[in-house]
Amino acid sequence: MATRLVEVQNLKKWFPIKGGVFATTVASVRAVDEVSFFIDQGETLSLVGESGSGKTTTGRTMLKLLQPTSGKIIYKGKDITNLTPNQMRPLRRNMQIMFQDPYGSLNPRMPVGDIIQEPLDVHSIGTRKERRQAVATMMETVGLRPEYEKRYPHEFSGGQRQRIGVARALVINPELLVLDEPISALDVSIQSQIINLLQELQQRLNLTYLFIAHDLAVVRHMSDRVAVMYLGKIVETADNDELFDHPLHPYTQALLSAVPVPDPEVKRERIILQGDVPSPVNPPSGCHFRTRCPYAMPICKEQEPLVIEVAPGHTVACHLLTKK
Amino acid sequence: MDNREVLVDIKNLRTFFYTEDGVVPAVDGIDLTIHRGEVVGLVGESGCGKSVTALSILRLIPNPPGKIIGGEIFFHGQDLLKKNEEEMRMIRGDKISMIFQEPMTSLNPVYTIGDQISEAITLHQKIDGAESKKRTIEMIHLVGIPEPERRFSQYPHEMSGGMRQRVMIAMALSSNPELLISDEATTALDVTIQAQILDLMRGLQKKLGMAILIITHNLAVVAEMAETISIAYAGKIVESASAKETFKSPRHPYTYGLLQSIPKFTEKKTNEPLPAIEGMVPSPYHMPKGCRFNPRCPFATEKCREEEPEILELTPGHLVRCFYPIES
Repeated sequence: MATRLVEVQNLKKWFPIKGGVFATTVASVRAVDEVSFFIDQGETLSLVGESGSGKTTTGRTMLKLLQPTSGKIIYKGKDITNLTPNQMRPLRRNMQIMFQDPYGSLNPRMPVGDIIQEPLDVHSIGTRKERRQAVATMMETVGLRPEYEKRYPHEFSGGQRQRIGVARALVINPELLVLDEPISALDVSIQSQIINLLQELQQRLNLTYLFIAHDLAVVRHMSDRVAVMYLGKIVETADNDELFDHPLHPYTQALLSAVPVPDPEVKRERIILQGDVPSPVNPPSGCHFRTRCPYAMPICKEQEPLVIEVAPGHTVACHLLTKK
Repeated sequence: MDNREVLVDIKNLRTFFYTEDGVVPAVDGIDLTIHRGEVVGLVGESGCGKSVTALSILRLIPNPPGKIIGGEIFFHGQDLLKKNEEEMRMIRGDKISMIFQEPMTSLNPVYTIGDQISEAITLHQKIDGAESKKRTIEMIHLVGIPEPERRFSQYPHEMSGGMRQRVMIAMALSSNPELLISDEATTALDVTIQAQILDLMRGLQKKLGMAILIITHNLAVVAEMAETISIAYAGKIVESASAKETFKSPRHPYTYGLLQSIPKFTEKKTNEPLPAIEGMVPSPYHMPKGCRFNPRCPFATEKCREEEPEILELTPGHLVRCFYPIES
């Protein structure tokens, strides 16, 4: 049995919108709304969904970079939801995050050696010499020449900067790494290099990934399990093959059918969704997807569908599956 | 081969940018043929010259620093590079129009979308206000925006990204162009919205019969849309063939490598690494000698490092710029 590394239960993150004379809370952006999932040691769970579905907020709240509105985060059996920043600090070295933007996420005034070394400084790990050594080793691991440690971020290409991001995240030997769209900003021929690097490092260092992405081809290639988000909710979770071969939620089906396939001879049945994603400030009542769902029924408006397990490890929140 | 009339014929186009740091040969040998009603894909990574090609067709290269220094762009047999500014203005937005990646920055935030679409109409057609409003509402309806009358008086910020892109398309198609250039028009959109827009473009192409030049880095998008595909690398076309041929038997090592390296949505997970192309796109200031792909090419020889290959027609309609094309 795999060991459970992290689990979140009914996680909620609402951002208040202040307004009026006394700056009272007039409404909330329901970025993440009662989300539950777990990640086992050494596996990759992908979080997919369109922009505004709450993927990034989920990732950040799970790491407690944002304080959850309610819900529970359990890391290695320990409830970390209400730990203070001071209590969190020793745990932080086990969980790291890597960002999408290779340009905005590195300090332009710092040499890359210092950027990569910073986590070691923050956590006071090793002597100065050991830290330097660790940086050099890490740079080599991610495919950067250690001689470049004195150079500044602008001297590197987008792909190399993402390697710097990986090195910075991994230099303190974390267990869990949140990858927030790590390849979206890269050129096609560079994307595969970074994907290979991430997979190789995962195997070598037994890393656990929460992979946040919207490119479903990459998700299929990278993940063990996949969770699909829509407007702050997880609508379906399943093993990789199960999800791609037997999607059950109408949104998952539409999402998968919308992905263009790089083969002109494949003609796929396409479900074109009408309209746009509603605002998370004022999501539809009942099922959040009902306004665009081709199968919406009266009950979808009245009741929120419960998450049910339709097969081992395959959970879906849809009234179509509970009815009959 | 294609017995449709040739609409656009680009021959050895060269557009350079003269910057303080040196000369950037952004486009350095692009050949492209577009027939009437044909959907052509121009694919490549950033810096390959695909957008500069589009801007060159419309003669919208900012000068300085940019300059079209060579080649010909025939449109209906007439060289656009020989036209004066006045004549170009009659063609731009009328016979040839373009949609861009960023629908927010391409729309004017202080005018309603109705005003912006009717501006495009009255600029090229001699019609009065009432007629142009009617035509604008028709266009808004045509691109699938619900409640055209109400939308007419809305501002761009009141619309979502997908809706704005529809407005751009309405504007571009309002003059019944013969060629629509789409420069990464769906790149910024979510997949389900991208599917909507591609579906719309396909539908309108069938209905109105215009030719489309789709510029993108996304191989899957061109696989779905294009009949013919040209692959650009570092300012040059390296391969050009029908969509079927391109994906079934790519002959240029770059095309082959690119197709191999992208993860396939339909394939099960393996722990095998992807066959990635090593290295990175060359800096435009320091283009490699010989074939521009040689530093990254697994098959490169001394000859590739010294001489530049010409683009040759290997089989009818399949052009490749390589000394050692991959066997089909």
